[in-house]
Amino acid sequence: MRVTLITGRTLGQGQGKEIGKTSERYRDSVAVCEIDPEDLEKLQIEPGTSVKITTDSGSVVVKGVKSTQPPHPGLIFIPYGPWASTIMEPKTDGTGMPSMKGLKANIEPASDQPVLGIRQLLKEQYGV
Amino acid sequence: MECEKGLKVSEDVVCPFCGCLCDDIKVTFQDDEITRLANSCAISIAKFQHYKEDRIPSPLIRENGQSSSVSLEEAVKETSKILVNARYPLLYGWSSTSCEALKVGIELAEELGGVIDNTTTTCHGPTILGVQDVGESTCTLGEVKHRADLVVYWGSNPVHAHPRHLTRYTLTPKGKFRAARKDRVLVVIDVRKTSTARQADCFIQVEPNKDYELLSALRMAIKFEEIEQVIVAGIPKEQIEELADLLISCQFGVIFFGLGLTMSSGKERNIEAALSLVRDLNRKTKFNIMPMRGHFNVTGANKVTTWQTGFPYAVDLTKGYPSYNPGATTALDILNRGECDAVLIVASDPLAHAPKTAVQNLLKIPVITIDPRISLTSLIAKVAIPTALVGIEAEGVAYRMDGIPKILKKITNPPAGFVSDVEVLKMILKEVRKQKGAS
Repeated sequence: MRVTLITGRTLGQGQGKEIGKTSERYRDSVAVCEIDPEDLEKLQIEPGTSVKITTDSGSVVVKGVKSTQPPHPGLIFIPYGPWASTIMEPKTDGTGMPSMKGLKANIEPASDQPVLGIRQLLKEQYGV
Repeated sequence: MECEKGLKVSEDVVCPFCGCLCDDIKVTFQDDEITRLANSCAISIAKFQHYKEDRIPSPLIRENGQSSSVSLEEAVKETSKILVNARYPLLYGWSSTSCEALKVGIELAEELGGVIDNTTTTCHGPTILGVQDVGESTCTLGEVKHRADLVVYWGSNPVHAHPRHLTRYTLTPKGKFRAARKDRVLVVIDVRKTSTARQADCFIQVEPNKDYELLSALRMAIKFEEIEQVIVAGIPKEQIEELADLLISCQFGVIFFGLGLTMSSGKERNIEAALSLVRDLNRKTKFNIMPMRGHFNVTGANKVTTWQTGFPYAVDLTKGYPSYNPGATTALDILNRGECDAVLIVASDPLAHAPKTAVQNLLKIPVITIDPRISLTSLIAKVAIPTALVGIEAEGVAYRMDGIPKILKKITNPPAGFVSDVEVLKMILKEVRKQKGAS
């Protein structure tokens, strides 16, 4: 399903990064995708299961959750963090600023794929 | 304040998390452990409660994928060697450290002939570009608290990102002329009905990437020009006209805007439109505008870089004098193009927050991190130098989002052997000069 992707801060992301970038709390707070309840039904996604988000820059698997800030059909939200960064548009349009909001993306259920931990994610995406 | 045995209370502590720089935090220690926090938001609590965790125990140098503990002096020497030998070093970060640290950093960039850029580049860089083109009508948060009767948050969700902004400055504080919530009108413009929007008197759900269109329509409406389209950016024109009437009819209005404007399509053009809207509104009433700055000293990073070099960020010192060309000398563009051959990261984490192309190029070159805590970038760094946490273990100056400087306090001692970012940077500067003199 084609959607618009935005990223941003959340309370959980702020707390998670202060608890520690390698902590499970950080992963649990940023490796998620908030989806409108209507879209969850359309896609037959069970909240809490994995979803795969794809943009022109790549794909990442995160946990699909019911949006706490609906309604926003056709719009998905991922908190700032390494999971979101891997699929952001790097071009800055001559401003220095990457495009991290309003990106065209595809979302699909991926309940058979795990949400990687931080070290596994770095290995998968960057080979480190 | 010293109390009973082992009990220490630090009052009026400035929180080193976001651009609000709340300066009323009360921290109670019992035998060097924080046992109580007063006035902290949820994020601030996490910051103070977990500051001892996820620390690098000592300076590290990484060889063939293995990290080894080294002395601070050895780490400084290796850092200096990498930077002196680099043709085009990039010095990046600086928004979560003190102004004093950045001042030394700029001297270091000048000595090396490199580029120094702060995280403004990936948050409110477009805001600065817009302000340079249009100018801004602004004020302090104190003025907002005492005078504002209309507050607009556009593309910003302070309930999550600046949790005490509404209670300390905009919506519910007891001000001199605005005593309570009922004296203020809150408007939220966002692509989602956010937690902040749920508190609003008026919520406008703009379509993603259509902020420029809505700003333009609003500018027309406040000039009583006819909007030809029935719907603009997903909003019926009657609603836009009602919003324009609301903006005009206040006594003291303020727009706070976030990355919803700077990161969406249009970027600095959105900001120019927002600044122009406020300029137009000032023909009708008193209006101000202010960016919601994220990192606690990103405003200070702009101030220090400006007074030291004449430019607020993305400063290239390779020619022996400062030059500034966003899109060319901005950190992400340099990394995207793979131009720099060494990177010094101070208090930032590009591995966590930069897009993939930039990270892939970062991984090809030597990286040095100076950071109090483990960042993802520190995990791959050639040299990782841990430091004292400014605002908890070291003092320093930071600027609030409205340009008011605050002194961050040292309320406890850092781990043994840890010194501040300022001290480490001074050591590197001294060693760089020594190595350059020898070469």
